[in-house]
Amino acid sequence: MATVRKALLRRLVGLASLPAVSISSGGTFPKRVKIVEVCPRDGLQNEKMADHAEVLKGIRKFPGTNYPVLTPNFKGYQAAVAAGAKEVAIFGAVSELFTRKNINCSIDESLQQSYEILKAAQAASIPVRGYISCVLGCPYEGKISPAKVAEVAKKLYSMGCYEISLGDTIGVGTPGIMRDMLSAVMHEVPVAALAVHCHDTYGQALANTLMALQMGVSVVDSSVAGLGGCPYAQGASGNLATEDLVYMLTGLGIHTGVNLQKLLEAGAFICQALNRKTSSKVAQATSKL
Amino acid sequence: MGNVPSAVKHCLSYQQLLREHLWIGDSVAGALDPAQESCQLSGLPEYVKIVEVGPRDGLQNEKVIVPTDIKIEFINLLSQTGLSVIEVTSFVSSRWIPQMADHTEVMKGIRQYPGIRYPVLTPNLQGFHRAVAAGATEISVFGAASESFSKKNINCSIEESMERFEEVVKSARHMNIPARGYVSCALGCPCEGSVTPQKVTEVSKRLYGMGCYEISLGDTIGVGTPGSMKKLLESVMKEIPPRALAVHCHDTYGQALANILTALQMGINVVDSAVSGLGGCPYAKGASGNVATEDLIYMLNGLGLNTGVNLYKVMEAGDFICKAVNKTTNSKAAQASFSA
Repeated sequence: MATVRKALLRRLVGLASLPAVSISSGGTFPKRVKIVEVCPRDGLQNEKMADHAEVLKGIRKFPGTNYPVLTPNFKGYQAAVAAGAKEVAIFGAVSELFTRKNINCSIDESLQQSYEILKAAQAASIPVRGYISCVLGCPYEGKISPAKVAEVAKKLYSMGCYEISLGDTIGVGTPGIMRDMLSAVMHEVPVAALAVHCHDTYGQALANTLMALQMGVSVVDSSVAGLGGCPYAQGASGNLATEDLVYMLTGLGIHTGVNLQKLLEAGAFICQALNRKTSSKVAQATSKL
Repeated sequence: MGNVPSAVKHCLSYQQLLREHLWIGDSVAGALDPAQESCQLSGLPEYVKIVEVGPRDGLQNEKVIVPTDIKIEFINLLSQTGLSVIEVTSFVSSRWIPQMADHTEVMKGIRQYPGIRYPVLTPNLQGFHRAVAAGATEISVFGAASESFSKKNINCSIEESMERFEEVVKSARHMNIPARGYVSCALGCPCEGSVTPQKVTEVSKRLYGMGCYEISLGDTIGVGTPGSMKKLLESVMKEIPPRALAVHCHDTYGQALANILTALQMGINVVDSAVSGLGGCPYAKGASGNVATEDLIYMLNGLGLNTGVNLYKVMEAGDFICKAVNKTTNSKAAQASFSA
């Protein structure tokens, strides 16, 4: 597995990510969008993750490309730094029940853990990205209030996260709900520090992402080949496919710096290695089969 | 996919989640409640008419030829979902489209519920007369915005096809039968590549001028993106009022819902779709075709827009036809709901 993951990362590199420039005037799109590729973590998370140190040590790190790693607690943070991580990511949640079921503690306790990590990371000049799950709906609590999302986003941002990725973890969101949530969050966190992480469980990911772009968000998370299922609905799909995202952004004239052909090759590689069919429609349409 | 964590057992079932969270299930009658209003984006139409093309455009592009009785049962199921327009079949020669060879039997066999329209495709006068004899009360004609596509698809130039359609639409109007016009390759052509909005506008205007009450702009190979959709609609809307326009988006590159959202934001309120996303793409092997009606309704419900359609019943019809043709649904909403 480590070999496969390393090989995937090798292929994904060279797909440079550029700094985001956000234009928040109503209705116009950003000129550039930064894509945060989450396949090696979020996508492959359903496979065993025990090889994290090996992977991080083994990959070739290209200049200009960031390689963030998830650190759910302080111990994980220390292990990541020991393995050479130069950027880390932490997880916050807006749903008490989801936090309990997922990481076995309350929201406040998890924020406390995050605070410890942020303090240490700041001292070591390691940037920290914050993720918030269930921003558009929770598998346990159902509806989630935009105000609650804004509150957690504000906390993570003020603690020192340079960017907050807002995750529609179970993909239930639709463009209007996305807009309401972002409106609330943008009162507390500047749009340039926001990202969206849409799951495609109900086929809404690209439409939701489009809405976010219309509101000025210029950072989008996605996963090559749309890898990563949904642990809450067996057989359902998960992440937005990077290929389909790049296709839309290119069609909109938005600069991403990503080479779609090379992305398709990386997707084909990992699907073959996992013996999986791609979830990317662009890949399906352009496949030579 | 890995083991489903034990936490899942404590999750709300998806059925419950959707019912509580997204106001789906029974169709919304009357005014939106305050919660829905706050979610409705300003500038979006309040009501969206869905034109269900699964039985025609969907089944036409499936490899399996579906038996007549299955088609009839499928359409009868769709008639009970709240859909107000269901495209039944195509009166085209069985030499070209063997999947639609049973057009007369299907048209005669379905139950025509009051208040629901059942248009059929009629490429020429012969097909039109057969359709009327079989009980059709609404017809559609199919034009293209690409000369090469027109020649390849219906073996004549755009101009020749328009002359044919004039005859059909004139006869239809004479008998008080409404006619809908389709324009294929509105956002790109498998033969010519890019297609100019001006060309699409020209063909649309022609169809509208000859008496088609509605023009459905088809992204036949699904290559369009929100930017090209916007440019197209800006051009067409200079000549044709938005209320007479529809969008027919294919999901070949995963862009359909994003393109539809763009169209809605521009004032379009008629959208074509196919239950279960039936119908592949004849131009890209293994690629998907029509946007799935379930996923479309999911988005519209979430936006607080009224469609009159019951999503669960559509999912049931989708489940029925997928089992009948032995394929997995292309609808993500259906995949998520039936797998929970």
